[in-house]
This record gives sequence, structure tokens and C-alpha cells, in this order.
Amino acid sequence: MNGLEIVNIIKKFGRVYALDGISLEIPPGEIIALLGPSGSGKSTLLYVIAGLEIPDSGDIRWDGSSLAGVAPHLRNFGMMFQDFALFPHMDVFDNVAFGLRMAGMERDEIRPRVTEMLELVGLAGFDGRDVNTLSVGALQREKKARSLAPHPRLLMLDEPLGSLDRNLRERLILELRDILKRMQQTAIYVTHDLEEAFTLADKVVVLNAGKIEQVGQPQEIYNQPASLFVARFVGLGNLLPGRVIKMNGKTVVDTTIGQFPVQSSQDGEVTVLIRPDSMNLDANHGSYTLEGYVVDSTFRGSTCRVVVEVGGENLTFDFLSSVEAPGKGEKIRLSFNPDEAIRLIGKPPASPDPKKHPTLS
Amino acid sequence: MTNHTRTIRKPLARRGRVNLIPVLLWTAPAVFLALFYFYPLISIFQTSLARSETGLLAPFLTALSSESVRRVTWFTFWQAALSTGLTLLFGMPGAYLMARYDFRGKPFLQALFAIPFVMPTLVVAAAFNALLGPRGWVNLGLMALLNLDQPPVQFTNTLAAILIAHVFYNTTIVLRLVGEFWSHLDPRIEQASQMLGASRWQTFRQVTLPLLAPAVAAATLLVFIFDFTSFGVILILGGPRFATLEVEIYFQTISLFNLPLAATLSMIQLAFTLVLTIVYTRLSARLSRPISLRPQKYTQRKLTTWRSRLFAGVVITVLLVLLTVPLAALAARSFVRLEAERGQQGEVQRGLTLDFYRELSINRRLSLFFVTPITSIGISLGYAAATVALALALGIPASVSLARYSGSFLNRIFDPLLMLPLGTSAVTLGLSYIIALDEPPLNLRASPVLIPLAHTLVAFPFVVRSLAPALRSIRPRLHQSAAVMGANPRQVLQHIDLPIAGRAILVAATFAFTISLGEFGATSLIARPEYPTVPVAIYRFISQPGALNYGQAMALSTILMAICAAGMLAIERFRIAGAGEF
Repeated sequence: MNGLEIVNIIKKFGRVYALDGISLEIPPGEIIALLGPSGSGKSTLLYVIAGLEIPDSGDIRWDGSSLAGVAPHLRNFGMMFQDFALFPHMDVFDNVAFGLRMAGMERDEIRPRVTEMLELVGLAGFDGRDVNTLSVGALQREKKARSLAPHPRLLMLDEPLGSLDRNLRERLILELRDILKRMQQTAIYVTHDLEEAFTLADKVVVLNAGKIEQVGQPQEIYNQPASLFVARFVGLGNLLPGRVIKMNGKTVVDTTIGQFPVQSSQDGEVTVLIRPDSMNLDANHGSYTLEGYVVDSTFRGSTCRVVVEVGGENLTFDFLSSVEAPGKGEKIRLSFNPDEAIRLIGKPPASPDPKKHPTLS
Repeated sequence: MTNHTRTIRKPLARRGRVNLIPVLLWTAPAVFLALFYFYPLISIFQTSLARSETGLLAPFLTALSSESVRRVTWFTFWQAALSTGLTLLFGMPGAYLMARYDFRGKPFLQALFAIPFVMPTLVVAAAFNALLGPRGWVNLGLMALLNLDQPPVQFTNTLAAILIAHVFYNTTIVLRLVGEFWSHLDPRIEQASQMLGASRWQTFRQVTLPLLAPAVAAATLLVFIFDFTSFGVILILGGPRFATLEVEIYFQTISLFNLPLAATLSMIQLAFTLVLTIVYTRLSARLSRPISLRPQKYTQRKLTTWRSRLFAGVVITVLLVLLTVPLAALAARSFVRLEAERGQQGEVQRGLTLDFYRELSINRRLSLFFVTPITSIGISLGYAAATVALALALGIPASVSLARYSGSFLNRIFDPLLMLPLGTSAVTLGLSYIIALDEPPLNLRASPVLIPLAHTLVAFPFVVRSLAPALRSIRPRLHQSAAVMGANPRQVLQHIDLPIAGRAILVAATFAFTISLGEFGATSLIARPEYPTVPVAIYRFISQPGALNYGQAMALSTILMAICAAGMLAIERFRIAGAGEF
């Protein structure tokens, strides 16, 4: 196949499996986000692909041929590191020119290419500047120019925006996507930040404890999480144990808060996910209703987050702020359509722990 | 109301203080250098130049027009250059290994490899003699094996002996200075270079080496200056065929009492080291960059690939052979009787013995000036402790000024001056103390502080050179945030700089301690006969004939070696235990 092929990679550090049988394919021109918490193995996978770490077993292939034994500098891959990785003894121009010099490019070819790259990232005229005096935004752009200049066939980005403030990050991630797409750059972007991954990537790979939990487009990951881990990681916390049963010829899921029709070939124990953005405060807007008391209500800008106690379970829902939010202690009735609001996930939660539910930030 | 005046006054007061703090910091070091370095040197030069009647420059012109002085100067240069090159060749792979890899036994090896540096020249000479000399293990072994009458290996009195001894001495400097710096260099910079298509070698040449340049330059310069002013090694291992400026100064002073020529040669030597020092400070000012240092645990990896294991194996083996075999030969010699005692007749009883150690606590001579060799160990430790205290008391303020007030003109004056004692011959220094400090206005002849003063002077450059870079690496942001929280400059130093620089202070203290224990050149001239240091005691034994004296010298050297090794090991342990430091 064309592009990158990761075949059953295993990498152990001591007795710990950093990567436990990772297989993945990345066709040319695609941007992949490796999403996972710290320690999930995402950076290790990047280093293995780069050749900076040697896997214990498995293979990395490009356009069908194995890269085993190929030194990092001969793979024609690029890597953008989080920080510290600009050469402090070279100026802006020389940092970008480095990869081109290493590729054996002639001096008179290097200059226009570097100038072009600096223009592309928005650093035109910065050539002679000392990299140690650049602002954080300029540093990111400089790293981008440097890693893109040699036209790597694969660009890897190791949390390059890790320590930046939100506004700058949002701007830079859009810039980055724009440039990557314009250059039709194949790229792997490592991050623990959901929004970064969703904004940038064509496809998101969720990693946990050295294993792939789910691969899919951002919408798929969010709409149909394949596992509890993914559901929690993308901020979907309304998880209830349930049981799929047949009733009057229809398939329904039975939970502590009621029975709802579902489309499922599964049988028996499942985890039921109730989407936080699927409820209507208007009781006549959906085919089903839930009743409960408002436990908590917080204003979050464009949305309002309301915790509702339904049948002994605390469920969290988001409503648009344009609708007047119910106050604490109020009794409310919510309406919804089960095919929008209900998702089934493999097994029931081992030990439901409301504190551990991560939230969208 | 009070709050108001305070907020107004503070910035004003601070603005006025900025130029004052470096002055305060430099006061003690400046007074010390003036009294115990420049004043004695000026006195000795005055004394000697007083004899020349044909003008100030005349002695230099006469000396430099002499064929033998030119030859000595030239030899001093090229043997130092060659020795320095060889030292880097041996040291750099070791520095890389120590910086980039973490493996079992590493603290032990680091301490082991640091030992040669603190050995007195006499001990080093004796060690190589015990290994490769005419009656050394190798020659005795080969003679027995091949039934030869003559020792087959000619080692002493060759250039090779000088070079190997210099490499033996100074490899530690490269391991320490370069390795320490390297271990904090973020490997991601090198990985970034590899990802941009640079091979390992290209990465080393174009990225790693330029970033290491300040450390490599510092190490190279130090090693060169040591080799340039080397004395004991050349005197004892080189034999009569080889003379450097330092040896020539010694001969002119001690044997020929030609003080004017000795002084002239000293000044020539000093001129060279001054030039080297200025070149160095210029170079390092241009090369040093704000490199982000990282804790070692992020920069070091285990020996997992066969290639790294092979590399580590080769490097460690070479260094072990070079740095420990001579010392092992020396230690072994202190436990083995090979020669007949004076006056003893007939067959020698060869074999293991503890006699040399038993003799150390016995005062056979019953002389008033003679103390038991064991006492000299206590004396040495006392001097060393005093040296550490004094060197840190002077070195910390100086380093703080160098690191924190880099714009101050005082730094530009003192930075090169600090290095001067390093390039000043020990013999000249000792002699200058005898001449200048035993008469008013500064009469210290009877005072036991003379030796710690001299040792502090020798150790001072090391202390500052290991402290200042570490302090400099502490980011201004830390100072600013501490200041914002209400810390005054002294509190910032106490709560921020000193704890973070703790490790560098330990390294500095180690240097001061071991330099004091091993210093011989100056000590031999100014030590009071009833208070001999260990090197002085060793010299007394080694310069007297007889197997018992030789054996006691070996035994004392072995003890000195053990003390230094124990100190090194303890400090390495402490450094590892102190987690979270750089």
C-alpha cells in the first residue's frame, strides 16, 4: 500500500508495554491525530516511526517497503517537537536551511526555498534573527518552517502547541491545518487535547495503555465512541449500566431510568451512553421524556451545563444559553429522541465512578 | 501612608544598588587576590629585577635571544598541544558515555576516573614507575617470562611517558566538564537534527559540538594550561632530556639560584597564560548561549542496543586500563616486598607484607621536626577543610557576580584575573610566599594559614569555573518570581540560587578539597617541617633510598588515594540521592 503502514508494533520499557501491538495505515496526504492521555504510548509510537526508538517487534513500512534498520536521518520524515528543539546556535534562516543543507541542496537553491517557507508561515524578514529572542508564536512558526522545508514525506508533530495559551493555540492550529493541507502533507499529530485533534485531523486514533481504542473521523469518535475509555476521554460522562432485551418484537435497552428502543444486534449487558447535547427543555420536542430535579447549573458561555438527578443517577446535559436555564432544585421534564440521544457501548462500566468522568474543556 | 512611601522608595533604592552589589561581592575575592597573589608576585619580581641594571626589558630580550630558552619554550608548547589533543581523544567518548547513558556502576566509575586528577605528581610518577619502570611489574614480569637480564620496555625518560601521564591526569577534566554539560543538553535537539536528515556524524559536527563548544573550550584550555605548566611529571618521568619552562624555572631557582632568570622565565610563562586566558574569555563570551538545561533523567538512556553496549564496553575498558592500572600497580606495590632492605644480606624474602603500613605510625628518627607519617594525614585533612571553607567563601560571591551581574565592568576585569593563579607556576608561587609573606607588612611565616591560603589560590579558579556556569544557567525568571514574592537579593541567593546550585557547589568543594590534598609544588616550599602534608611526607620517603622508605611512600600514596576515592564516592552518592536537581 502507499503511505505509512504500522504493523503490530510492540515496544517494552522494562516490563511495561509502552506499545502493545499497534497496527495502523496512513494514506498519503492524510492528517492523523494520535489522541490519548499522557503515558498512553503516543509519543513512543512517534519515536518508533521516526526510528529514534527501536521496537521490540513489528514493522514500519513506507510505500510497502520496510524501514527496519533505516537510520532516522535517511527516512525522509520530519518531526516537530514540543519545545527546546530549535538549534540555539543558529539564526532563523540557518535553522530552516539546516534540513536543506543536509539534503545536499545547493546554496543558491536554499535561499529562495527558505525565504518561501518563512513567507508561508508568516515569518518573512526574520532571517537573521536570533531564535532565542523569538516570541512563542514566532517560535512555533519557525519550527513549522524548519520541519516543512525539506518536504518530508511524513511530518510528525509531538504536541507542538503543548504549552501555549488557548487563543494562540486555536489560531496556530488553524494555520497549521491550512498549511498542511495546502502542501498535501501526510502528517501525524500527537496530542492529549481533544479540540486540537478534532480541529486538525482527518482521522483520529485514540490510544490507551499502548493499545488503539478506536480509529475514526472526529465525528465518528464523538458520535459513536467504541469503548468506555473513548467515551470518557471525549467528555461523554453519562454512562449507565443496561441490558438489551426483546420486548413485543422490538429491541429495547433496560436501564435504571427507563426502557428505550435501540437498534442493536447486541444482547445482554451493555453500557448506555446518554449524549449530553441531546435533550430538550421543551417537553414536547421528542418522543420520550425524562423527569428529574436540577442538582447543579453552571453557565459556560455559549452553553449552560445542568446536572439532573433522574432515577437516582446524576446526568449532565448541555443546553444553549439562549434558552433560559432551569434553576437549582427545580423539577424539570426533558424530551428527546432515543436514536439521537442513546448509544450502546460493549460492556458495562466496571466500577462507575462519577468523579473520574472527564469533561470537555 | 507607610505603604505609600515604601512603594516609592523601593525602585529608587534598587536602582542605586544595582552597581553596588557586584562591588560588594568582589571585595573579599579582590582583597584576597591582591594580598596573596599579586603582592607576593610583585615582590619576587622586584627582588629579581632589582639585579638587572640595563632597563626593564633587558632581561627578557637576553632570555629570548638565548637558544636554550627558545628551545624550552617551543617544547613546552608542542608537548602541551600534543598532550591536550590526546586527552580530548581519550576524554570525549567517555564524556559522551557518561552524559548520555545510565548504567549500573556508573557513579562508581565516575568517582574512579576522577581519582587520577587528584593524585600528587610524585605519586603519579611512582605509579607509572611501579607499572612500567625498569623495576616495574611489566618489566619484571617480562624478564622472568623471557629470561632476560635487561628490562625490555623503555618507558621512563621518554616523551611517551610524559604524554601518557598528562593524559592520565587530565582525562578527568574532559569527562567532568564536558560530560556534565553534555548530560544536560536536550537530546531532542539532536533528534530534531536527525529528523532533518543529518547523519549521526553530521549531527555531532554541526549541532552537538557547537553547543558543547563552551564546555569543550573550557576543558581544552584547562588541560592545555596544566600541560603547559606541568612540573612533576616532566621532572620525574621525562628525565634530563626534557625540560619545560616550569622545570627550567625550578632548576634556575633551586639548583642555580639564578633568581633573575627564573623570574624572567616566570614572566614569559605568565604572559602566555594571560594571553590564553584572554582568548578563552573572549571565546566563551562569544560561544556561550542560553541553552535550556534539562534534568539528567530526561537526557539519559539505558544501554539497550548491542552497538551502545559495545561502545560502552570499549570506552570503559580503555579508561579503566589507562586510569586505574597504574594506581592498582602502585597499591599492589605497597603490599609487596620485592627488594632487600638496606644492610640486609642474602636472599630477599619476597611476598605480601603489611610492614610498610605498620611503619607509618612509628617515628624512627626521633627528630624534633619529624612527625609520624600518620600525623601528616591529619594535617592534610585539616588544611583541606580550611581550603574548602575559604575557597567557597571567596568563590561563591565571585561566581554570583559573574553569573548575575554579567554587565558589570568588574566582571570583565576579574574574570581573566581569576584564571591567572592557574597558569602561575607552583614553584614561583611558593617562592614568592617565602619572600613576601615572612616580613612586614605581612608576616605569616609562623602562621599555619599560609598553606590553606596557597591552596585556596590554586583551587580558586576551579571553584569559580564550576560554580559560575551553573549559577548562570538558573533562569532570570526564577529570580524575578522570587523578587516579586518579596525576596531581597540575599534571600534570592539563599533560597533560589544556592539550593539549585547545590550540586555545583559540591563539585567546587570537591575540587578545592582534592587540590589541597594533592598540591605539592608550592607546599613543598612553604610547609613547616613539623607540619608536613601527605605529599610532602611522600616526597621525603621517596627521595630517600631503601626498600622500606619506598614502601612507605607507596603506602602513604595508597592511603591518600583511598581518602580521595572515598570522598569522590560519597559525593557521587550524594549527588544521585539529591533528586530534582539539575
